[in-house]
Amino acid sequence: MYKAAVIGDSASVSGFAALGLSVFRETDADRIKKLIGKLASGGYAVIFITEPAAALVSETIKKYNSSTLPSIVLIPAIEGNTGEGMRTLHEAVEKAVGTDIFN
Amino acid sequence: MARLNVNPTRMELTKLKKKLVSARRGHKLLKDKRDELMRQFMGMIKETRSLRTEVETGISEANRYMAVAGSVMQREALETALMIPKQEVELEVGEKNVMSVLIPEFQAKFRTDDENDVYSYGMAFTSIDLDGAVSALGSVFPKMIRLAEIEKACLLMADEIEKTRRRVNALEHIMIPDYEETIRYITMKLSENERSTTTSLMKVKDMVLKQSHNFT
Repeated sequence: MYKAAVIGDSASVSGFAALGLSVFRETDADRIKKLIGKLASGGYAVIFITEPAAALVSETIKKYNSSTLPSIVLIPAIEGNTGEGMRTLHEAVEKAVGTDIFN
Repeated sequence: MARLNVNPTRMELTKLKKKLVSARRGHKLLKDKRDELMRQFMGMIKETRSLRTEVETGISEANRYMAVAGSVMQREALETALMIPKQEVELEVGEKNVMSVLIPEFQAKFRTDDENDVYSYGMAFTSIDLDGAVSALGSVFPKMIRLAEIEKACLLMADEIEKTRRRVNALEHIMIPDYEETIRYITMKLSENERSTTTSLMKVKDMVLKQSHNFT
């Protein structure tokens, strides 16, 4: 059985605790990096991470993009939507098609 | 195109012809794979886009409630309310093979039978906005799991499409023309050798005839 985790600042992720997801309140780049590594090898299949937190560790997230598990998904933080999550999709389209056909 | 560095012999020629045949077949197969991957990718990316928009709106709504809850309640009280969850999510992970790309499939399982049983606190000391936030998150959660699944699939397929496209291009524009050119070169060389043998034989024959019979 796999689990699901949420990483981000306290205000954005606290709500997910009620749903029964493992919540990690981290805002420090190094600690998030280590945390993602630990979660990836520790039975977590899905990691939701807030956009500002993801921006700190974009390299680490890219590393996991080509492996089947875990699936790292960007979600908007409490400050609002930065559009970073959508950008990941646009990048995928660009990679596959050669040009971003949705713009 | 560059000619391959091989000896112009019959053996090399046969070898190259075989290689050309398999390169052509590989090219056709990979091209079909690329087209099919692309077709599936386009359908999937459309679904992912609309799903992501829905999830983002849902979470933003929850965040709005959360922001209000955070302002009317004390931070500590808010944290305490959410400290011990009633619900627990476990994921069953399966794998699906789409054109040799392994994509994950998630199935969320909740600890209690009622998955909407998410309020881990009493109603008396918490703001109603917290209820709103938790219920908004609860209703968007199944979509989030589906998004995790399909977004991963999109990323993995984009990778595979890029790889396949490179292979197709390498075969189409480098390997196949190279083989063709080398085969042409060897054929030319061999027939040239043959002609040169024939002419020298004719010459020798002439010379021998001349010597023995004084024949012109």
